[in-house]
Amino acid sequence: MSTPNSPLWEVFVRPSRGTNHVHVGSIHAADATLALQNARDLYTRRGEGVSIWVVRSSDVTASSPEEKDSFFEPSADKPYRHPTFYTIPDGVEHL
Amino acid sequence: MTSPVSEQPGAAPANADVAAYAIRLGDDALILSHRLSEWTAHAPQIEEDLALANIALDLLGQARTLLAYGGAFSGRSEDDLAYLREERQFTNLQLTEIENGDFAVTMIRQLLFSCYQHELYRDLESSTDAQLAAIAAKAVKEVSYHVEHASTWVLRLGDGTELSHDRTQAALDAVWPYSHELFVDDELVRRMADSGVGPLPSVLRPAWLGAVQDVLTEATLVLPDDDWQPSGGRNGLHTEGFGYLLAEMQHLHRSHPGAQW
Repeated sequence: MSTPNSPLWEVFVRPSRGTNHVHVGSIHAADATLALQNARDLYTRRGEGVSIWVVRSSDVTASSPEEKDSFFEPSADKPYRHPTFYTIPDGVEHL
Repeated sequence: MTSPVSEQPGAAPANADVAAYAIRLGDDALILSHRLSEWTAHAPQIEEDLALANIALDLLGQARTLLAYGGAFSGRSEDDLAYLREERQFTNLQLTEIENGDFAVTMIRQLLFSCYQHELYRDLESSTDAQLAAIAAKAVKEVSYHVEHASTWVLRLGDGTELSHDRTQAALDAVWPYSHELFVDDELVRRMADSGVGPLPSVLRPAWLGAVQDVLTEATLVLPDDDWQPSGGRNGLHTEGFGYLLAEMQHLHRSHPGAQW
C-alpha cells in the first residue's frame, strides 16, 4: 500500500566487509529510520548483511527502456574496452 | 536428567529455586511471543508484520532455552512446560499476556516490557548461574533492538497526529498499571538475589523508569498516575484473556500429542 505516508524505499545490503552494497529489493516506510528497521527485518534476518542503505525510490533517477538502444547498444561492439588481456592471480576475490 | 554434580553449562539448574526462576523468565518470553504472533497477517503494513514476527521469534528462542533449562531440573521438556501446563501453573507477568488491543497498545506494552527485559538481562549477564548468564548475554542484543523498534513507533505515534497521540496516550493509560508487577520482590527473587543468581526486580526500576520516561516525554505522552497495580502472574493468577491464549497455543499439541513439523 503506497500512500503519501509510507513511500517506497530501495534497499541496498552489503553482504560482508570489502564488498559492495547490492540492491536487494524495496520496502514501504514512513521515514528513513523506519525504512532502515524494516529493511533490517526483511532483508537481513538470515545473516545476509553487515550494512544497509535505504534510498527513497523517488530519488532514484533511472534509465528508461526506450533509451536502451542509444544507451547500451553502442558499447556492444567495442571489445577493446574489455580488460580481457589481464590475468587475475589465483586467490584474488571480488575483482 | 538431574545430575547433582554436573557443573557444565547446559546441565540442569542447581536447585528448584533456580529452575522456578528460569521458568518464570521463560514464561514471560513465551507468552509475549505468542501475543505478538497473533499480529501475523494483521499488522498495519506487511513490513511491520514481519518486524513483529521477528520479535516474536526472538522471544520464542529465549523461551525455549529458558524453559528447557528450568525444566531439566524436574525432567520436563520445553514442550511439556509450554503445552501441558494449566493456566494456574504459568508464572508469567500479566503484562506479557494482556490482549494486543490496537497497534498503540502493542507498542506501549513492548516498550515497557523490552526496557525491563533489557535491564534484567544486562544484570543477568553477570549471574553466578553460568547458564542464565550465557542465555542473557545472547538475548540482550536481541532485546536492544526490540527497545529500539518500540521506541521508534511510540515516538511516531505519540508525537504524530492528534488521533495517533490520543490513542497512544489511551494505550499508555491502559497498560501502565501492569508495569508495576515487573518490579515486585517476592521470596523467590530475594533468594535469587542473595545467591547472586539474579537481581531484585525493584532494583531495576529506576533505570527502567528513566529509559521509558525519556521515550514517553519525547513522544509528548504523559506518565499516568500510579494507582491500580494488578499483580499475581508470578503466582499463577492471570487475566481473563489468558485462558483463550492458552487454548489457542496448546490446542494442536493437546489434540495431537507429540506432533512435529
